[in-house]
Formats: sequence, structure tokens, C-alpha cells
Amino acid sequence: MAETSQQGARDAPAGGSGASRTVFQFAYQRSPDQDRKEPQSHPIVIVGAGPVGLSLAVDLAQRGRRIVLLDDADRIGEGSRAICFSKRALEVWDRLGVGERMRAKGVEWKVGKVFLGDGLVYGFDLLPEDGHKMPAFINLQQYYAEKYLVERVAQLPGIDLRWRNKVTGIDRGNDHVRVTIDTPEGPYRIVAEYLVACDGARSALRGMVGADFIGETFEDQFLIADVRMQAEFPTERWFWFDPPFHSGQSALLHRQPDDVWRIDLQLGPEADAKEETRPERVRPRIARMLGHDAFDFEWISLYRFQCRRMQRFLHGRVIFAGDAAHQVSPFGARGANSGLEDGENLAWKLDLVLAGSAGHGLLESYDLERVQAADDNIGHSTRSTDFIAPHSPFERTLRNATLRLAKRADFAKRMVNAGRLSTPTAYDTPLSTPDTEAWTGRARPGTALVDAPLVDETGHARFLTEVFAQNGCRFTLLTYGANGAQSAPPGVAVVDIGPQAGYRDATGAFAQRWGAEPGAAYLLRPDGYVAARMKVPSAARVEAALARAQAM
Amino acid sequence: MPLVTASNLADPDAAYRMIVEANRGLSEAQSAALQAAALLLLANHVGDARVLQEALALARETALEAAKP
Repeated sequence: MAETSQQGARDAPAGGSGASRTVFQFAYQRSPDQDRKEPQSHPIVIVGAGPVGLSLAVDLAQRGRRIVLLDDADRIGEGSRAICFSKRALEVWDRLGVGERMRAKGVEWKVGKVFLGDGLVYGFDLLPEDGHKMPAFINLQQYYAEKYLVERVAQLPGIDLRWRNKVTGIDRGNDHVRVTIDTPEGPYRIVAEYLVACDGARSALRGMVGADFIGETFEDQFLIADVRMQAEFPTERWFWFDPPFHSGQSALLHRQPDDVWRIDLQLGPEADAKEETRPERVRPRIARMLGHDAFDFEWISLYRFQCRRMQRFLHGRVIFAGDAAHQVSPFGARGANSGLEDGENLAWKLDLVLAGSAGHGLLESYDLERVQAADDNIGHSTRSTDFIAPHSPFERTLRNATLRLAKRADFAKRMVNAGRLSTPTAYDTPLSTPDTEAWTGRARPGTALVDAPLVDETGHARFLTEVFAQNGCRFTLLTYGANGAQSAPPGVAVVDIGPQAGYRDATGAFAQRWGAEPGAAYLLRPDGYVAARMKVPSAARVEAALARAQAM
Repeated sequence: MPLVTASNLADPDAAYRMIVEANRGLSEAQSAALQAAALLLLANHVGDARVLQEALALARETALEAAKP
């Protein structure tokens, strides 16, 4: 019980269901580093081969960096961990070479429905427009995501992935971190110029730097069951308040690949973890929900959750990302997705710092931007959780009044909060150049690249996200009806869009989404975020924006 | 202060009576549900977060006073 209450949704199995089954197995191998007299030095050591650590490693390797990636296990276990991957996460994975594979295996969805009792309160569409390469969301078991990433890692020469390498201690210097690692063949040491901790909610590294969390823990317990069955439910996120099959509580139903369905049932603060996760106890609850008993359990666990973050993500040469740095409730799919966004934010900065073209200060912007994002995610997640599990009789009265009003008054539908699903946070950051002209469109400095359908010179359809990736995910000057080469500094990629340019905006979607008028230019960062936009670009303006985006 | 605290209703007695009558015959729980719904409806109608903030602050002040011995 105490054990369970400490666990986040993506943690190891909770009590009651036993140890997790191994889905994919890898092998420990002795590294030459273990036989050296003096500890070998490495520019980047990443701890934790989960989705965040693996994706960060791939991103850095594609930028030409060498990485040592350590994981204390040698397998991927089953389990109720992340399943909903966002459009932004898929866009990141696409440029890392695994997006299409994830998408092909995953189940795409964009519609969510909220019910009160057995009546529909409202439905929402997370991507009501065409012209995006990636869907609003896919559902995919985390073990598939990790497997595809591990296979991608194997294709890249720069990543040394070491299974059953457990970090047991660190010793922080001014310009390095000494790392002690335990293996099945005994301990050894290496030295890291930068150590990135992606070691999950119960991060050991967090303890080693002596950092604490700030935030809150919620009392309500939720039962997660992944069940295998043939079912006719549509591929939509269905959320019930006070359903007839689970009176007074909430329930969530979500489809995954392989005929697996995620079911999430609120049990209240008093539930007994051991008792409630017994299959013979869970089965009738779920049979009541589904109206039949023809299903098998893949996984059962009980959890409480926290909405909290570390005060700082940057501790000298030790950098925290993903669940190790911040945790949210699962309503909103903001855990793994925000971890992947941490990785894309960090990869290019670490690359520039190691290349010597930016100072260590650029890493401070990782802290600043990703702390903003964590607060944004924690804010949304806390509000959703408060709505789903009210703290007091009054909050319950207010919540129920909102739900009943929603059937009669449109405004209340927008107050019903069964999870606000993950979208990338727009950064308020010194790396952005403030607008000096009046703009429409969504491409405000600090926002993530908004996709649009384009046509290339050979008449083939290309998405803007693909064109950006094809140029190597570096600083890119994007122009509309202009010649970017005239104002692009050396080393900056150029993408011209226009009737006479390399890419045509055949549908007009680019101009509309980016608020582009002929002559406009946008400077994109290597993570695709907008650094600056100019209606009257010049070499000097672009140069200044570029300098600003690399210094802090 | 954007919140109007000067008298703003043509017939304040009638408005007060309206609130009383809406709650007549309701249980305590039903009455609480009514207050909550009315608060949400009126908050949306006002549509101004600053007005709402000031109204809630003033209301909270009176609530804390009510709890004093």
C-alpha cells in the first residue's frame, strides 16, 4: 500500500499483480571501459533507456554526437505505462526516423467523448483540420515505442547502449561528472562531460544531487487494467463521470493496438491496493462496464499520482529530463510526451555547447523553457485531477453542477475537465526575438513548428515538418515569396515557399497558419520552434535573431 | 474596482425574493447544487475574470466573518 501510493502511472508494477512479464529481452555486454586503468571520458552519458533517454540519444547521434546510454535493466517489461503519444511526439520521432513505424503500429485517434451517467455531455476533436503529416494522437503500448527506439539506436554508430549498467554514485566536478556504475561483473567508473538523467519517476540521480520535488500528491486511487478483447467501440477516448457501471466514480476507456483496451477506474482514497488488484475482484467491475465477460487481463495496477517537479532541471553538469524532472497525473497524456519535448529541447543545445558554438549558458534556457512547460503541464493536470477527484463536498457539488449544466448550457461544456490533452507549450523565452510587426497566424515566436502541406519542385506532396527534417534539423530560414539565400547567414538552412520557389503552398494552408504575406521570413530553431518572424527580413535582422537564439 | 457594489437592480427586494423562492422546498444538498449552478451561470454571463475575482474575494471575506465565534 505504501509502496503503491508512491508510484506514478508509468512506474514499475504495483502490488497485487506480481512481477511484470518480459516483453523484449536484451543482453548485457562487457564494455572495454570496464578494463581501463583510468576512467574513460565521454562527452555525453545518458542514464535511463526509456522513451526519453532513447529519443534523446537518437537525436544527439543524428547530430553527430557520441553517447553512452546506461540502463539498469536488460529488458522491456509489459505494463500500464504511457499509451497516448501526441502529434508533437510523433513529429519528433519522425525526424528521429521512427515516426512512421510508431504510427503504423499505433491506433490513431482525435475524438474524445465525455459522459455523465450514460448520457453524452460533449465530444471534442483534437485536430479538426487536414494538412498535417501526423495525427492528433496515437495509442501505442510503451514497450513497442521503446523497442522501435532500441532498434533505431542499433542503426546509429554513435550510441553505446549498455544494459544492466546501474549508476550507484556520482562525483560532481566543475566541468565533468565522475560516474560509478555497477554491472553483473562488478563496478567500474567513467567520466561524463554532461550527464543526462532520464531515469524515471523514482530517479536515483535526483537523490544523488540532493534535489527535491515541489508539488502535490493526490489521495484518490485509480485502477488501471489493460484487457484483451474483441470489441466494437470506436477509436475514441471515452470518459465517464458517475457511470451506471461504476457509481459515483469516473472511468476511462481507450483502445490500443493488438485488441488491447486501457480501462481506468477511479476507486477513491480508501481503496485497498492488494485487494483491489486481485483479478477476481477486478473482473466483475470491468464486466459491468463492458456488459460481458469475454476478456483477458494483460495488466492490472493501482496507483496514486503526483503533480510536481524539481525546482531546477539543471544541476551543473547533471541535467534532468522526463519523469525524473517532473510528474503529472495521466489525464492529458502529458507525461511521456512532455519528456520527449524535454529531449528535443535539450538535444540541439547540448550539441551546440559541445561544438563550442554556444556557451554553457544556452543550457540555462533548457531549464527556463522546460520548467515553463512543466508548470504548464502540471497546471493542466492538477485542474483535471481536481475536477475528476474533487477535494471537498463543495468541490463535488460545483463539479456536478458543471456537468449537469453542460447538458443545457454550452459554456459549461468547456468547463468540464476530463483531461486537457497534451500540446506543446509556447515558450516565453529570451531566445525568441519579439515581434516588431503586426502578425496573424499561429507562428508566434516560442511556438512549435506548425505543419502544413507543400508541393515540391517535382510535384510531390511534402509536409513542412518533413522538409525541415530533411535539412538536418538545424537553424532554418523559412521564407514566403522571397529569396532566403539573400538574408541567410552561413550554416543556416533555407526553405523558400512561393509560386516561384522550391516549395509551393498549393492549398494556402501555410500562408493561413503562419500568417504569411509575400516577403515574410521565419527563423526556426533546430528543434523547429519559431525564434523570430519578419515581414521585412534583412541579413542583419536574421543575424541578430540567430545570435539571440543561441545565447542566454 | 470593476465590480459594481452600488445598488444596480431596479427592485432589490424582488431580486432577493427570487433567490429565496428558487430555493424553497429544496433539500440542503439540492440548494447547494442550485447555488453552484447559479454561480457558474452568472459568472459566465458576466464574462469578466476581474469582476469574478473581486466578487469572490468580497464573498470570501463575508464567509470568513460568518465563521467567527
